[in-house]
Parts: sequence; C-alpha cells; structure tokens
Amino acid sequence: MTAEEWTAVRLSLLIATTATLFSLPLGIAIAWLLARGRFWGKSLLDTLVHLPLILPPVVTGYLLLLSFGRRGPIGGFLAEEFGIVFSFRWTGAALACAIMGFPLMVRAIRLSIEAVDQRLEAAAGTLGANPLWVFATVTLPLCLPGIIAGAILAFAKSMGEFGATITFVSNIPGETQTLPSLIYTLTQVPGGDAAAMRLTLVSIAISMLALLGSELLAKRIATRRQTA
Amino acid sequence: MSLDVDVDHRRGSFHLEARFTAAPGLTALFGRSGSGKTSLVNIVGGLIRPDRGRIAVDGQVLVDTERGLFVPAHRRRIGYVFQDSRLFPHLSVRRNLLYGRWFARGGGGAKADLGTVVDLLGIGHLLERHPDSLSGGEKQRVAIGRALLAKPRLLLMDEPLASLDEARRAEILPYIERLRDEAGVPILYVSHSVAEVARLATTVVVLADGKVSAVGPVQDILPLADATDGGAVLDATVSCHDEAFQLSILQSLAGELQVPRLPVPVGAPVRAYIRARDVMLSLQPPTDISALNVLAGTIAGISPAGSAQADIRLDCNGATLMARVTAKSVDRLGLAAGRPVYAVVKSVSFERG
Repeated sequence: MTAEEWTAVRLSLLIATTATLFSLPLGIAIAWLLARGRFWGKSLLDTLVHLPLILPPVVTGYLLLLSFGRRGPIGGFLAEEFGIVFSFRWTGAALACAIMGFPLMVRAIRLSIEAVDQRLEAAAGTLGANPLWVFATVTLPLCLPGIIAGAILAFAKSMGEFGATITFVSNIPGETQTLPSLIYTLTQVPGGDAAAMRLTLVSIAISMLALLGSELLAKRIATRRQTA
Repeated sequence: MSLDVDVDHRRGSFHLEARFTAAPGLTALFGRSGSGKTSLVNIVGGLIRPDRGRIAVDGQVLVDTERGLFVPAHRRRIGYVFQDSRLFPHLSVRRNLLYGRWFARGGGGAKADLGTVVDLLGIGHLLERHPDSLSGGEKQRVAIGRALLAKPRLLLMDEPLASLDEARRAEILPYIERLRDEAGVPILYVSHSVAEVARLATTVVVLADGKVSAVGPVQDILPLADATDGGAVLDATVSCHDEAFQLSILQSLAGELQVPRLPVPVGAPVRAYIRARDVMLSLQPPTDISALNVLAGTIAGISPAGSAQADIRLDCNGATLMARVTAKSVDRLGLAAGRPVYAVVKSVSFERG
C-alpha cells in the first residue's frame, strides 16, 4: 500500500473512533430521555435524532456546512470564541460521522434501556441508592450490551460515511480524505482500480474486525456475569 | 419503634383507606388478594405517593401530604423484600448483599454485618455464586440479607414466600422467625396465608377492600379474620418427646397436645394452629377413639357460618379454640354458651414458634 493509502486508513480510524467516543455520552443521555422521559416535545426530539437517517447525506453535509462553516452561525461563534474550526478539517469529518451514526447509536441504546427491568431500579432505591447511583450501578451495567452494539454501529457507519463528509469537509488528502473518499477518487482516475480494490479489502477487514470485537466483548460480559 | 400509617389512595375504582399503628415485632398485613396490601406496603416504602395522608416511623415523618412532605424511597431507610427477589443479575451474591452498605449512613436500624447476616440466613456457601444459579428459596434468603445489610429501621416483606413451593417455604420460615427475634428490626409482612400469619405474626392488621377491618394481637384477630377457614392459634412449649411412637408432647394453656415428633429441643416454644374444621365436639369425655388430643372447655359463643354450619368459640382454660360444626349438630346436642364440652382435635396443623 502507498503512503497515501495508509494515511487514509489511519485518518478513517481516527475520525471514526473520535466520532464514536464523543457522541457516546450524549447518545446514552438522549436514549435514556427517549426511553424513560415524559416531556413535551419528546416526539420532536425523536424525529430530530432520526433525521440524518432519512435525509440524503449530501443534505446533512450541506446543512453542516451552512451552520458549522466558518461563516455559519455556530461555526463562526466556535471559531471566534474558542478557536475550534470544523470546516475542511478532520474534526469536521468526525462531526459529520458522529451525526450520521447518531440515530443508529441512540436506537440500539434506547432499546436496551427499555429492556432493563425497572423493578430492579426500584429495589436499588429501597436499598438507599439515589437515582444517579441507580443509573450508574444498575441501569448502565444492565444495558451495556446495547451500548456496545450502538457504539459499534456508529463506528461502522463512520468508517463508511461518504456523502455528508465530502460535502462538509471536502476530500483533502492527509486532512479529510477518508477511506471511502480515497476509493471514490481512485475510481475516477485511470489505473486506480488495483488500489481501489486493495482499499475495499481493507475496508471489509476493518468492518469485520469491529463486528468480531463487539461479539467477543459482549460474550466476555456475559461470561463474567455467569461466573461473577 | 413505631410505624404510624394514615393514608388515602385512589387508583381507578379502588379506594385504599388505611389507618393503623404497628408495634415492635412482626406485624402481618393480612387479607385476600386485591385487598390493597401491596399498595399499602408500596406507599410505606415510598414506591407510591399517596393521594392524602401521613406516615411516620419512630416519630420521623416520611409523608405528610398536608405539608407537602414526601421523603423519597432512597432516603427512608426502609428495607423491602419483594415477592420476586429482584436480585441484581449482573452482581454476585456477595455484591448483591453489600449493595446497600454503600448508602447506609447514620446509626440505628438493624444490627447487621455481613458475617452475622450470612450466618442468620445460612447463605455462606452462596457468596461467590451468581443469582441466576440460585434456587427460589436461596434467592429469597439473599434478598432478605440484602435488605438487612442496608441497616433499615423497618423491613417490609411483600409475600416473600408466595412464589415458592411448600418445601421451599418450610426452608425459609425458620429464618424469618430468627429475623423477627434476633435482628432487632420491626417487620411489616404482607400475606394472605393463615398458616404464615399464625406462625410469624405478633400483631395482625386485617385489610378488606382497601379498609382496615381489624387490628390486634394474632391470637385475638386470626380466628375472626379467617372467615372461610376458621381456626385458633395456641402457644405451647415442648415438654417431652415420645421416641417410641415418634410423638412430641406439648403443654399449652388449654391442656396437653400430642403431635407428630417435632425437630425441636425440649422446652422450645411452638405455635399450633388448629383449624375449626379439624375440631369435633362431644358432650361426654370420648373414649376409645383414634384422636389423641381431647381438650375440655366451655362454649364461649356461637356464630352462624353460612346457613348449615356454625362456628363455636370455646374457652379452654383461658385459651380460645374454634370448632366448626353443622347447624344440625348445634340443635341435636343443644349447644349453647356456657355449656361444658370436650373438643376432639383431629389434627394440629402445626407451626413451630
């Protein structure tokens, strides 16, 4: 593999990992709100979370460009106040990936929170645990498999994200050129087929490793519970 | 300790309206299913907020709707043993037991450390196990231990034996008795089983259709409460064992009772429950009959039970005994208050005290 290809692989891994880790706490919080909350505007929040799943990725990317671009309302504010710039940076790609993977992550976690037996939470309360402790020591451990599944889904989605990323942060080698962007570029130039095929295989390998890793992790949690 | 309850709570067409004070020891909330027992316990435990009322433990007010006061469950220090043990599936038995210890603050409450509780409940061999691998009876014992180790001021038990078969019940009952006598924590115990209440209760609160219909010591209340299956509680001690015939001889206020050999030492207190339908009456001292137990007494009262039967209340040397006979027998034998009779006890459904 060429240096350019390695860079794209590394960048993709960095972007997908960053996107997953940073969106996970918010994903858990939103999933909990949707699973347990009773408040006005809940279905609106639900729709909003799912929007990236239904919208064309290019539209999501363009909306990101409008709002998080240097002249956008949020992007401008963040750049001036904190010096955080998203547009045409790898961080922007991570933001795009996080938003695209968010619905999948929230869905998986929400389902697992809904499956947690609330009678166990009530029991923890009678033992003196306040709601925050109940969440940390009962709810969270019991929906851990769902959290892992959600994180892996988001990670896989990030590895494959193309439309929103290329619209928002373009296709700059070494900065925003991810695996899919590079594969796309290679298919556009003559003689790029062999390289595109190599990267396709790498992409397949990474996805399968991620899936395998999550299975192993889920299994280890299950056996640890059996023998604990 | 004292528990004062005075609450009103409506859910749909059901209206719970309960007022009672629980004394130390084990207070049984007794009533058929649907009478509001579990709702009442949930209100005391803080899992349900009552529409109106006041609840206080040892003078500390936990709920007072007039003052807008509601102490949440996690600050009440009231232990709760649920019908379904509700052990945390992701924690070992040891960590289940110690869960409440993190939060138990302040003095008072049950005297409980892991060693004592494990001994009391006989669960030492289960500590490293996982809840999934425990039997129903073991789960309930762990659940009781977990509640105790949170050092509660009051322990609620909502039909803790209901999901268990007869053998498992027999396995747990002695532990609940030890709990009542040794742990130093008052217990509010929900049950619809006469046998359980007879065996365990110090005080009985009878609940019917959401209302408290009677409160008092178990000996006074149970014969009245148990309308369909009347009976009487008799406290006794084991005076000796007859090894040849495998019998135990009991001394009670009403007289001597011979029962199948009990696995308890001489001198142990036991509590017998004698069902009304297991008692026959005779005007003469019966001879040459198979029943071993005949107690002399006088009729204290007769109340009709349905159209064809009557419940006879007997005073046997100060102890109360109930007998259910047909209306025809009342007429034929001329049974009336004050008349001396002999009670033939066919079987002592019998509960160790």
